[in-house]
Amino acid sequence: MINKTARRRIREFGPAGLLSLLMLALIIAAIVLGPIFYSKSPTLVVISERLESPSLTHLMGTDQFGRDVLARVMAGGHQSLRVATFTMIFTVLAGSVLGLVAGYVRSLDEILMRICDAFMALPAVVLAIALMAVSEPSETNVIFALTVVYIPRMARLVRGKALLIREMPYVEAANALGARVSRVLVQHVLPNAMPEIIVLGSFIFGYAILDEATLSFLGVGPPPPAPSWGNMLAEARYLIRDAFWISFFPGLLIGVTVLATNVLGDGIRDHYDPRKSE
Amino acid sequence: MARFLASRLLSMVFVLWMVTVIAFLVIRLAPGDPSAMMLGSDATPQAVEQFRASYGLNRPIIVQYFAWLSHVVRGDLGTSIYLGRPVTTAIVERLPVSFVLTLAAFLIAVVFGVSLGIAAAYWRDSWIDRTVSGAAALGLAMPSFWLGICLIYLFAVRWPILPSGGFIAPWTDPWGSLQHLLLPAFALGYLQVGLLARMTRASMLETLRADYVRVARSKGVGEFRVVTKHAFRNALIPVLTVAGISLAVLFGGAVVIETVFTLPGVGRLLITSVVRRDYPVVQGALLVIAAWYVVINILVDFLYTVSDPRIRLRGHD
Repeated sequence: MINKTARRRIREFGPAGLLSLLMLALIIAAIVLGPIFYSKSPTLVVISERLESPSLTHLMGTDQFGRDVLARVMAGGHQSLRVATFTMIFTVLAGSVLGLVAGYVRSLDEILMRICDAFMALPAVVLAIALMAVSEPSETNVIFALTVVYIPRMARLVRGKALLIREMPYVEAANALGARVSRVLVQHVLPNAMPEIIVLGSFIFGYAILDEATLSFLGVGPPPPAPSWGNMLAEARYLIRDAFWISFFPGLLIGVTVLATNVLGDGIRDHYDPRKSE
Repeated sequence: MARFLASRLLSMVFVLWMVTVIAFLVIRLAPGDPSAMMLGSDATPQAVEQFRASYGLNRPIIVQYFAWLSHVVRGDLGTSIYLGRPVTTAIVERLPVSFVLTLAAFLIAVVFGVSLGIAAAYWRDSWIDRTVSGAAALGLAMPSFWLGICLIYLFAVRWPILPSGGFIAPWTDPWGSLQHLLLPAFALGYLQVGLLARMTRASMLETLRADYVRVARSKGVGEFRVVTKHAFRNALIPVLTVAGISLAVLFGGAVVIETVFTLPGVGRLLITSVVRRDYPVVQGALLVIAAWYVVINILVDFLYTVSDPRIRLRGHD
């Protein structure tokens, strides 16, 4: 039974937001549960069935080693979503801490923000490439590199918000009551900065999927044979002429997933934005 | 105004200096040693030692940094380990390719972004408006390299009317250059078309509602003139900012697109050097990409200050 507030929330969220939520749920379900129902192996090489175009036996066709593309897209999605999820979590945690420190410890603010500027003077993908250049191409390192890349963006946002909130009457009241800084941060500043953090976090989830795919495409992402959407595209690059479907489906999945994430992020933002009633 | 620009300039110099620190540290702290890469795993310890000495890899890291920096500020980015040539020469040779690609993408972004944004604002909630915002959302969700792959498939394989890669300089063969640039520039610029269209639309919606637009209409000014002159001119400043940002980021985005379309630019050099662990080149390319970003930002700030008197008075933020 859906109660009144929940129904109102759904209405505010808009049909696009709901649709994208449904889409994301569907993709996650397909990736997590798909392998149970779709028993083809993502890594099994069947030379006699190589480069078959999409058909009823292989819904997305097969690749140059006769591996089933649908099975690989599902397995690859597993990796892409895992990378995106961890990157988002670590970025939110580290970025929030740094942002709060910068917003509250005035002596550190200037230097922290200039360091953030320097990191942001390099395009996200380029910085991630540089970080991957000096580390082994593994899933953990990709998560680390992407987290480093996004932290300044999160830190800037939280810092800006913290600067606003610390001037609020309720923070002044808490200060007057003798609350410790840590208490003020956790009880007042963080909860009030949460909407923005959630919104940026949802966008970072999307960026991470895109950038992980880019890194893999350029050959510095999680290494094969374990499929990821990006390294599938990298392998399929030279087969555009003969087997476009190998390139098409992983890219399509990236697009749909990120689109759904972005629309969801927009929905959350509109939900918290008082000006939305325009 | 001079003080504002000076303070911006100073903070930009600081940012650039920080970038040199990052570029240096990231590469120097790497676990893999270039000597192992260059000499192979069965090199004698003496050979490794000699290699390390000749590239200064055996000195303390601070000394290495300042030695490197003193060369960098003089335009000397060191010697490529793999190419055996000065990094500066290798980069300068490839810069025109990246510049041409970036500018072509920028041109596409501005022309399509602004005109589509104006159309979307003028015919608000029409099919044009919906198509533009849908296409913009797609641009944010699609990897640019996948768009590039799809374009290659459509226009070089399915209907072979354009080349699938390679570069021809516009000053040697303008027509051939245009053909080679069309797909990569579109793949690179697409995302920015969407962002610019969004910004133009939002800004135009404000000015189209403004009193001076109503006044212009009631004076009998033609509709086209009202939109382009009265409404668009006043909507320009936020659009300029987004255009500036897109010019700054397109250069970095070229890294990926150059790889897809095998264009011999700085981005491709960066990627191949990453694979070869050719650290001096990686550092050099990083610095050039960051320098472009910082310089464009200064220029945008300058334009901004000149075009909007309110900013002159505000001081730095």
